[in-house]
Amino acid sequence: MDGKKLVKMANEIASFFAAEPERKTALEGIAGHLKRFWEPRMRREIFAMLDQGVSGMSEFVVAALKEHRAKLEPAGK
Amino acid sequence: MDSNKLLDAGTPARTSATTVSLQIDGVPVTVPAGTSVMRAAISAGVKVPKLCATDSLEAFGSCRLCLVEVEGRRGYPASCTTPCETGMKVKTQSKRLADLRRRTMELYISDHPLDCLTCPANGNCELQDMAGVVGLREVRYGYEGENHLVAEKDTSNPYFTFDSTKCIVCSRCVRACEEIQGTFALTVTGRGFESKIAAGPTNFLESECVSCGACVQACPTATLMEKSIADAGQPDHSVVTTCAYCGVGCAFRAEMKGNEVVRMLPHKDGKANHGHSCVKGRFSWGYATHPDRVKKPMIRASITDPWREVTWDEAIDHAASEIKRIQKKHGVGSAGGITSSRCTNEETYLVQKLVRAAFGNNNVDTCARVCHSPTGYGLKTTLGESAGTQDFDSVDHADCVIVIGANPTDAHPVFASRMKRRLREGASLIVVDPRRIDLVRMPHVAAQYHLALQPGTNVAVLNALAHVIVTEGLAKEDYVRARCDVAEYEKWKAFIGLPKNSPEAMAKVTGVPAADLRGAARLYATARNGAIYYGLGVTEHSQGSTTVMAIANLAMLTGNLGRPGVGVNPLRGQNNVQGSCDMGSFPHELPGYRHVSDPKVRELFGAFWGVPIQQEPGLRIPNMFDAAIDGSFKALYVQGEDIAQSDPDTKHVLKALASLECLIVHDIFFNETAKYAHVFLPGSSFLEKDGTFTNAERRISRVRKVMPPLAGLADWEATMMLSRALGFPMNYSHPSEIMAEIAALTPTFQGVTYEKIDRLGSIQWPCNDKAPEGTPVMHEQEFVRGKGRFMITDYVPTDERTTRKFPLILTTGRILSQYNVGAQTRRTQSSVWHAADVLEIHPHDAEQRGIEDGELVSLQSRKGETTLRAVITERMQPGVVYTTFHHPESGANVVTTENSDWATNCPEYKVTAVQVTARARRSEWQQQFDSVQDQQESLLPKGALEKGALKGDVR
Repeated sequence: MDGKKLVKMANEIASFFAAEPERKTALEGIAGHLKRFWEPRMRREIFAMLDQGVSGMSEFVVAALKEHRAKLEPAGK
Repeated sequence: MDSNKLLDAGTPARTSATTVSLQIDGVPVTVPAGTSVMRAAISAGVKVPKLCATDSLEAFGSCRLCLVEVEGRRGYPASCTTPCETGMKVKTQSKRLADLRRRTMELYISDHPLDCLTCPANGNCELQDMAGVVGLREVRYGYEGENHLVAEKDTSNPYFTFDSTKCIVCSRCVRACEEIQGTFALTVTGRGFESKIAAGPTNFLESECVSCGACVQACPTATLMEKSIADAGQPDHSVVTTCAYCGVGCAFRAEMKGNEVVRMLPHKDGKANHGHSCVKGRFSWGYATHPDRVKKPMIRASITDPWREVTWDEAIDHAASEIKRIQKKHGVGSAGGITSSRCTNEETYLVQKLVRAAFGNNNVDTCARVCHSPTGYGLKTTLGESAGTQDFDSVDHADCVIVIGANPTDAHPVFASRMKRRLREGASLIVVDPRRIDLVRMPHVAAQYHLALQPGTNVAVLNALAHVIVTEGLAKEDYVRARCDVAEYEKWKAFIGLPKNSPEAMAKVTGVPAADLRGAARLYATARNGAIYYGLGVTEHSQGSTTVMAIANLAMLTGNLGRPGVGVNPLRGQNNVQGSCDMGSFPHELPGYRHVSDPKVRELFGAFWGVPIQQEPGLRIPNMFDAAIDGSFKALYVQGEDIAQSDPDTKHVLKALASLECLIVHDIFFNETAKYAHVFLPGSSFLEKDGTFTNAERRISRVRKVMPPLAGLADWEATMMLSRALGFPMNYSHPSEIMAEIAALTPTFQGVTYEKIDRLGSIQWPCNDKAPEGTPVMHEQEFVRGKGRFMITDYVPTDERTTRKFPLILTTGRILSQYNVGAQTRRTQSSVWHAADVLEIHPHDAEQRGIEDGELVSLQSRKGETTLRAVITERMQPGVVYTTFHHPESGANVVTTENSDWATNCPEYKVTAVQVTARARRSEWQQQFDSVQDQQESLLPKGALEKGALKGDVR
């Protein structure tokens, strides 16, 4: 998958949920959206980029991925 | 004219709480107050002769044929214009009446050509019928006097002729154009003997006429006559079916001679269209038997190989073996499918079932991805159901209408006529659109506010409207507190009240004067019934889903949900967009919008289908393209969708398609996508199969087969063959059995059967034990999700920005005579109105660039370049240009970007930063397009298709 595009998509998702007054709700919103709408290979790719420290991810995206990693990581390959 | 004349009650039905009782020819009859004597007579089984009256038009009282006698009254009143009164005693037959009628007919016939035997209306002419009814036996006046018997026939319109020598100046055509269509293109010129019907100063083609066919249908003679009937003669039978164009879903009677369609007439009992039509449904059906139709399956090993015509068995076996090979090598997730909004519910259901059960993954998506997927997301989140809230009839009760990001007179013309009628009755109108669409100002319709916003700022405008309503105390607090989640509302209210959302603050972004925004907000909030209608100008943005939620917020805030006259109304682009979404075409949802992660739903489908359902969402169309390019997605089955032309960033799409090892295209024409295909399965048009379509108002209507499939199989049968070859047998003998399965598995369709649709005419889902005959208006008592949910909709500008290099914004849309990628309409005479896509540009922008009207100009974006002819018009605002995507060689999507809605990946077609320059030559991409076109045409089997089949124009 195109990693750069995934980062852009994730950042746009975050910019919607970032308007939530409660940070916890915002992070849950981001994670919930990725879980419900992103096919496993897309989620795998973004975690790989997170682990590699790829730049460009918004702070909200990074926090949501880290906080909800167990829920978001697809099983197997 | 309408061959359904036997059912004509003469004047429109009236609804009233009170009734009146009278006697007609001694027969007692009771009718609603306001009913005409003519209509009451027909309800009593008494036919009164008539010519100028028809039940789709208000009575006019000009022909003097429907005279009656009323006991105790002097004279002979026209029964069409005389309302019934209690105690009235009416006589429709007497010697005196017979004499009067016969003399009137004598006058008509004295100035009418007596060529009945060779007249195209022979056997279906009201004038002829009335001559018989009144017993006309002679015309005493002769034919030597002054008359109208010599005049040139106007044949300019491609679909019908106007022969004034046969005209009786009954004005039915003029009134149909005014009352039904609302275009006011026709008029009666001159007075007395000089009275003539005229469509503008020259002819029909050059007039304001939109070729809806209402005048032709209303004409009682052969004055206005379909060319298809003149050519073929009168039909021998008819079948009621549903139009395959836009999301209005008009009911039509396909009038047939054997297996040949000779006319499509809008069905009077059709609940979406009530007997009206537009140029596409009424006339643009010739594509169905166009010589470009592919009639035999074809296969090839690579996209540079010649095609080989094969049997269905060989094509299907080849396709199945390729899918199996690819999945074995690259994994289960390397294959997927795309369902079509142009196919039936049953066919769409089967394709998603094929992908989930036979492919074994959830990689299924639909063309709604690129149009209304944000509607699904936004309305499900706020109201609980991924669908519009009203029926079309609801607009009759609206007092204030907001049209945002929609151009109904072009894209949903039959509904637009209905809306215009309500606007002429006095409802107010707010148009939110960067362009001055026709609705802003047209005969007898004018928007109170046209909020001509900058493309990409819908959310800013909607937030500003909500800000005014909240801060000026115009919110329906009682409604909100009773019907909505109050905690979410309070949170949203704090957000929307922030100064940054005020019209004054937002004016800098939107370009809309704050005073107009405040005025529009007050108008909508204080109307008794406020209704919002929207289209792709809302959804096809980076904030498409946010905009849909902002619309829902606005409707909840003002209590405008849950009754007739209000609501949130998405105008769907294609005929079965709603249905394809309902049927589980999205990669994250099974039929009925139930997420694949829900174990109970998976278990339900898994048990019924006998296979496990994957719990993870599949790839969406843009994700499929990216995965194809990265090498993890290799096989795609596309039914009835031309992704190579319709999807944005064409070069990216073509690169993805060229990366596939097996692309199966299932379509009625060899479309742009087929140039990259390895298997071509010939599809069936809507005339060649049974099934159902679901329109924008959730109305499920029957599609009925009127001719055998040209290629031998309906699409659902071909999908079944492919599934069987993949080892997952499907065994349906008729689409009604597929609907039975859908009903068994989908709560909102639980009560739907073909028998019930046949009985009721159509059904709006939800249809179940709670609503056995369907649901015209949703959310009446409570929202589907329980409490309505206000969502915070912060305005986030798109990444697509203008610069010195790309200083203009391109926005795209469609026009009346063409449809979507044009594959159907380009192959009809409708191309006379739109032979090529053009670029609309404001005079100021044109002048700055030295561009002249009609000149070929270059349109460049960061993604690519194409050329189009310029049309200089003040419909555009400075800084914004516009084009359509009906012709592949125009390459509108070569220019559009990969930007998309944050929630659904719906492409941002409506905002592309561009530059336009004068004196252009065909772009590099267009030259490449020509070369691919020539190459692919040379690879088609000799004699299979005529030269030019890939271009797809009218021949």
